[in-house]
Amino acid sequence: MTELESRSVPDTPTIADLRRTVQAIAGENVQAMPTLPFGLDAIDGRLAGNGLRLDALHEVAGEGASWGDDSAAVLFMAGIVARLSGPVLWVVRTRDLFAPGLFQAGLDPRRVIYAEARDDEELLALMEDGLRHRSLCAVLGEARRVSTASTRRLQLSAQGGPAVALLLKQTPRGGGDPFALPSAATTRWRVASAPSAPAPWGGLGPACWRLSCVRQRGGDPFELFVEAPDETGRLALPARLVDRPVAPERAPARAVG
Amino acid sequence: MRRNERRHAPSAEADSRVLFDAIGADAAAERAAQCSVPREGGWRPGARWARNERAQVEAAIEALPAHRRPPQRELGRVSEAARPVFRPAEERVAPPAPLRELARRTEAAEPLFRPGTRGWDGADLQAAIDGLPAHQRPSYQELSRKSEVVGSPFRPMPPDEGARVAMPPLQFPGEDAPNKRGRGVGKRDRYRNEARLPRRSARDGHGGEAGYVAPPNLAQLALMPSVQFPGEGPHPDNHGKSEPTAPTYGQGRFFQTGRTLGSVVARVCRDGDAAAFPELAAEPPLVTARKAGPRVELAAVNACARSLGLVPGMALTMARAQVPGLEVRAADPEGDAAELRVLAELIARRWAPNVAISDADGLFIDLTGVAHLHGGEERFARRLVRLLARHGVGARVAIADTPGAAWALARFGTEPDCVSLLKARQHGQLGQLPVAALRLDGAALDLLARLGIARIGQLLDLPRAPLVRRFGRAITLRIDQLTGRAPEPLDPVEPPERILVEQRFAEPIATPVAIEHWLRDLMARLAVALAQAGQGARAVELVAARVDGVPQQLRLGFARPTRDAAHMLRLALRRIEEIEPGYGIDALALRVRRADPLGPEPLSPELAGRTEPDLAPLVDTLANRIGLERLWRMAPIESDVPERAVACVPPLDPPARAAAALKRDDVRRLDGGAPDHPWQPRWPRPARLLRRPEPVHHVMAELPDQPPRRFTWRGVIHRVVRAEGPERIAGEWWRRPAERHAVRDYFRVEDEQGRRFWLYRRGDGVRPETGDLSWHLHAR
Repeated sequence: MTELESRSVPDTPTIADLRRTVQAIAGENVQAMPTLPFGLDAIDGRLAGNGLRLDALHEVAGEGASWGDDSAAVLFMAGIVARLSGPVLWVVRTRDLFAPGLFQAGLDPRRVIYAEARDDEELLALMEDGLRHRSLCAVLGEARRVSTASTRRLQLSAQGGPAVALLLKQTPRGGGDPFALPSAATTRWRVASAPSAPAPWGGLGPACWRLSCVRQRGGDPFELFVEAPDETGRLALPARLVDRPVAPERAPARAVG
Repeated sequence: MRRNERRHAPSAEADSRVLFDAIGADAAAERAAQCSVPREGGWRPGARWARNERAQVEAAIEALPAHRRPPQRELGRVSEAARPVFRPAEERVAPPAPLRELARRTEAAEPLFRPGTRGWDGADLQAAIDGLPAHQRPSYQELSRKSEVVGSPFRPMPPDEGARVAMPPLQFPGEDAPNKRGRGVGKRDRYRNEARLPRRSARDGHGGEAGYVAPPNLAQLALMPSVQFPGEGPHPDNHGKSEPTAPTYGQGRFFQTGRTLGSVVARVCRDGDAAAFPELAAEPPLVTARKAGPRVELAAVNACARSLGLVPGMALTMARAQVPGLEVRAADPEGDAAELRVLAELIARRWAPNVAISDADGLFIDLTGVAHLHGGEERFARRLVRLLARHGVGARVAIADTPGAAWALARFGTEPDCVSLLKARQHGQLGQLPVAALRLDGAALDLLARLGIARIGQLLDLPRAPLVRRFGRAITLRIDQLTGRAPEPLDPVEPPERILVEQRFAEPIATPVAIEHWLRDLMARLAVALAQAGQGARAVELVAARVDGVPQQLRLGFARPTRDAAHMLRLALRRIEEIEPGYGIDALALRVRRADPLGPEPLSPELAGRTEPDLAPLVDTLANRIGLERLWRMAPIESDVPERAVACVPPLDPPARAAAALKRDDVRRLDGGAPDHPWQPRWPRPARLLRRPEPVHHVMAELPDQPPRRFTWRGVIHRVVRAEGPERIAGEWWRRPAERHAVRDYFRVEDEQGRRFWLYRRGDGVRPETGDLSWHLHAR
């Protein structure tokens, strides 16, 4: 399989199935693992497999403990799923996701089925059901307390099928690190907000994030600044900071006048 | 007598006049004896007879049957004058003498109590309110209503139940004008920059043409009628007249409603009916209407309506004119047919095996060999009538030895009892029934009527050959079916067989391995049975009969009809722990509780050419775990208000129908571009929305359209570095009138750490009715 084929995203589930069958017959080829590249060399170059592995579990965390601090993480996950094709299952604990915001990150509401779980165990069980079903392209969930064994189960369920599992780890009430417990996820991300570049017309440009891959299997952690996804779900590098390493923030720009 | 009068008119006019007066006196006496409702003037409270003999009037009303009583609207007027609360005003303005004589109770059309007006101080309001009679006290809603700018524009204000607000004493509208006049016209309102102008009304000539604001005539106010139809009736603003040039009250008019007494009381009613059907008093008249050609006519009437003279086939408008309080529902023939079929299946299952549907409202039940099981034919019929009555269905049952005779007797029998029985071979009794009981068509019936044959007996006496020559074989066939010489087979309704697969065990099983093994076997057999029936299961019940007689039940539901044994087995095994075997299970049964027709299915979706995967099994799996209410999709709704822009729809929706094609000359065809998605990216929206926007405090922002420089949310101070806005979202006046002027200005702000917030300010800062300028945070 050439590099080009391994990088392209399958169009229909039929072709993906056939391709997988052929691969299974031909023997496992590391480079032919289904991955979703981010489109940015700064990220893809540092990820093992040159993209996000699609038959695996990935964990994403926000920055703080108060409500809404993980909205950047939510948009990050929505941007990833927007670039896939197929139905999506999103399991939530509370109904406070705002679909227009996800639509503006590229996620069509007609693709998403939402399920409300009563507690974390049920949430993980629903995610597992969705992964076992093999007809979805992504399963997303948000949980607070996830044991290592549950992440192992999710990783195993995701390995069999075409669906990628994205788990949003919410900060436990009262503070703490969402990544305190070890987990079997393939990559772990942390998305925090960063000051954005002022737009030329004096308004608000795209949001800026500090995206850090805290841990990944088969690679090193890294960190960089990116801009929030546009309508197609693609991240971009902020123009001003493209060649700059992570530097402490200077004095904030002058207030709006 | 009148004819005699005319002949003698030129010669004896005085006599005729005397005679005519005598007749009139007789008629009046007769009327007074029969009906105590006075002919001219009608229910005019305040009339001398109503005033003086109130108790007698009330007794007379009670004596009338319920359907003849005048409606509550007319009765609600009390024939005594209300004492206005504001005593000093009464002394100030002397009421005109002729008006006082009418002495009617009144309430003005607009609410007299309008709280929220400035200038009221907390005084003895409670005393004033308690001083009012109970029916005149203002409602809690009026008491607790504050000015609209304080409340949330997009949510209804909760009324303060039971909270007595200390409010100023009552003032009638416009009453504060004398107080205000002293202070000057240029009084500034708290919310407005310009002076508040007095309300324009007829009192000051609709805008000040007259230049004189008259004090309200309270006594006149007290004498207004209580019932006001929109756009009619005297109004205090119009000096007691309905319009400035309206005519005064004429004779025999109910407050200018246009109705006269004759049409109100003229109801077709026979006095004997009230005694025969005592339940008439309880049930209101109810009819169903259907559209037959160009007019809407009655399809069915209930007993009360029938006694009032309404028959099926009458025009609806005529029925409404005759019975003003008529309740009309739409006729539903398909629903009725379906329910009749359900009833037929029920009777076929439990009462008698052969049940056929005879008409839109009838059933044939074959009692051959069955009647003795129910204790005889008559007992069977009575039990059936009682069963149907328990379900609210009125029925007449007739038992005869031929279907034709039973049909005739049930429909046209004259006995008042619900059950009529015809002895065997006693067809002579049917001779009295009309010819329509023979199930003939309209042309034959017309012809028979023209020939003067009205009864079956007459028809039976006629020779048969000329009948056949004239009418064809139809009549003789019906006659033979009636007497039993010609057969009339029934076409019985077959109750559907429920699919059931069962496995009994020689020895009771109790281990989960064994249960799983047999469940697998049963599921395979169930799939085969469903395939043979051409159906897919929607609801399946697993019943495990235990040794000690306590059956264990497990119910599975499916979103789409399915025959997939593996899928059903997977869902059943997931919940297998709910079955407690106890001492052992004797038998396992799978029963299909609900099944829908399902055609042949392709072996795999790829072979069928289906590109998008089938989500129904996934929805089944999830729904069996958490229920269908917790599964949804989001659909866009075209609304600017963020909370209303999203709707939750069921996950497996039928595909939306394509929008109707526009007509050739429709103006929307000029719009060449594609329509905007309601969630277009020009108006950026956040990812998470707070259900209730939280207030933020200590907001520093310049009015009217500058974003805030800093704010405090949940105790944390945020300094704003960059911001964009305002995005103005106006309230939707067509949803709630309180939102008519409400406006929210949304700002997207970013603080010094890069966190983004979506805040809004209620109000545009220029006009006070758009909002109270409070800031809220809606989203991150």
